Amino acid sequence: MITAGIDMGSRSVKVVLLEQIKVEGAKEPSFAVKKAHLMLPGDLDADQAAEKAFDAALAEAGVTRDQVKSIFATGAGRGQVAFATEGITEMTAGARGAVYMYPQARTVVDVGAEEGRGIKTDPDGKAIDFAGNEKCAAGAGSFAEAMSRALQLTLKEFGEASLKSDKSIPMNAQCTVFAESEVVSLIHSSTPKEDIAKAVLDAVASRVCAMVRRVGIEGNVVLIGGMGHNPGFVQSLKTAMDVDEVLLPELPEFVSALGCALIAAERVH
Amino acid sequence: MNAEVAAATAAPEKKEFWRWQENTWYDESKNWKDAKIITCGIDVGSVSSQAVLVCDGELYGYNSMRTGNNSPDSAKNALQGIMDKIGMKLEDINYVVGTGYGRVNVPFAHKAITEIACHARGANYMGGNKVRTILDMGGQDCKAIHCDDKGKVTNFLMNDKCAAGTGRGMEVISDLMQIPIAELGPRSFDVETEPEAVSSICVVFAKSEALGLLKAGYTKNMVIAAYCQAMAERVVSLLERIGVEEGFFITGGIAKNPGVVKRIERLLGIKQIDTKIDSQIAGALGAALFGYTLMQKQAAK
Repeated sequence: MITAGIDMGSRSVKVVLLEQIKVEGAKEPSFAVKKAHLMLPGDLDADQAAEKAFDAALAEAGVTRDQVKSIFATGAGRGQVAFATEGITEMTAGARGAVYMYPQARTVVDVGAEEGRGIKTDPDGKAIDFAGNEKCAAGAGSFAEAMSRALQLTLKEFGEASLKSDKSIPMNAQCTVFAESEVVSLIHSSTPKEDIAKAVLDAVASRVCAMVRRVGIEGNVVLIGGMGHNPGFVQSLKTAMDVDEVLLPELPEFVSALGCALIAAERVH
Repeated sequence: MNAEVAAATAAPEKKEFWRWQENTWYDESKNWKDAKIITCGIDVGSVSSQAVLVCDGELYGYNSMRTGNNSPDSAKNALQGIMDKIGMKLEDINYVVGTGYGRVNVPFAHKAITEIACHARGANYMGGNKVRTILDMGGQDCKAIHCDDKGKVTNFLMNDKCAAGTGRGMEVISDLMQIPIAELGPRSFDVETEPEAVSSICVVFAKSEALGLLKAGYTKNMVIAAYCQAMAERVVSLLERIGVEEGFFITGGIAKNPGVVKRIERLLGIKQIDTKIDSQIAGALGAALFGYTLMQKQAAK
């Protein structure tokens, strides 16, 4: 049986196709990720983006639409995925996907383009509690993106630059708009870009950490969402949360879509 | 994809829709060479910089231009822009006061004064001595100021953590819609039904929400109206925290956007005092007037 999870985020669409496989002697059903496909930002027409991403994933996996038993959607734009059977919250999907990948994880930190949240999960991957940003985009990917623009670095260079610095420069501004000016001021005062990059990522991490603390940091921590691709942020987050290890999936932005596909499979029974 | 969404999501053009036009003005009926005391105020804001010349305590001329990436040059260029037109040299100016976010970066200033004091003083000149409540909305800040009949600040409040309710939000919308900022106000009233205000406070979120509204079939004008209303509601809540007294006056770039101004007036139930002077120069004008007062005091000694 094949199910699909579509995560319609504020900046990108993620699709995961999941195939349930039979393993001799196993009590629990096993799954294999059939194909993950990412639709990058730029396509802002939500309906088309979901449709396109889904078709591309099907094509890559060599699966036809009829073979997909159930399609669940999650993310801020889940309501716009017209062909989805059902919509589930990002917290439900994120927790399920994270615990599937790391059964020992109990705290899920999800940092996407416009959202950052901390989720507390039980051993089954059920979200027990969560806290997220509601009114302000500081503490999310778009904040880091705006700052890398101000620094004229690509996102990759930005994360790598931060790792080269061991300085702690406080960023006073929380607001994305203010922080941009602050970054420009730092550039003019001849602060090395590495130090500024670290200051920015430290600020995002401390902001995210404050949210996660509201639900409590317990057990193993897993980081999901696009910001997981920024090694500087991962380092800053570890320091801010005061933990030795942050579990980091190879494709952190797909974890919610994966959780979504898993839940779709479980609910078919 | 409908045409408006397509337009909004097309590759961004180089054209800068979000900037107010740079402008220079001076009083042609006067000659600065007749003045005893010439003072200058320079307001280096986050987005634009203004240089104002005051001759014997009267507004003589100004130049408004963008703030470059290098503050000392912004101040110099702003002043040079007007001096070149009237054949004035820096030596002809008796006193220079810097204000605004980049006020410490005006290399030739004799003194730096906060923009709050300067805006109150400038508003007192522009709107007359009846002005008691000033709303200053600049590129990145929004302030509610109370002052007395001399333009002296008695109380103020400002946004310090978040740029919602500042000019930056309007710039983002102007850029997103690819509509010059000066057209936003008039277009916001060109709607059949007034939409609900945009609900997001954060500039980053509001941009996404605006795109969502376009996708949901709102016209550009409706999105602009929803955004102007949100901005008006936001600043009115700031104003109400400090209290609004009659003699209401708006300064800063947003004062040039009737879409926001008229909605603020509607929400408050009072009209602002009218002026013919460009509201963006209020801070620099106040700074120049402070310079004049200081020169008079020195002369009296």
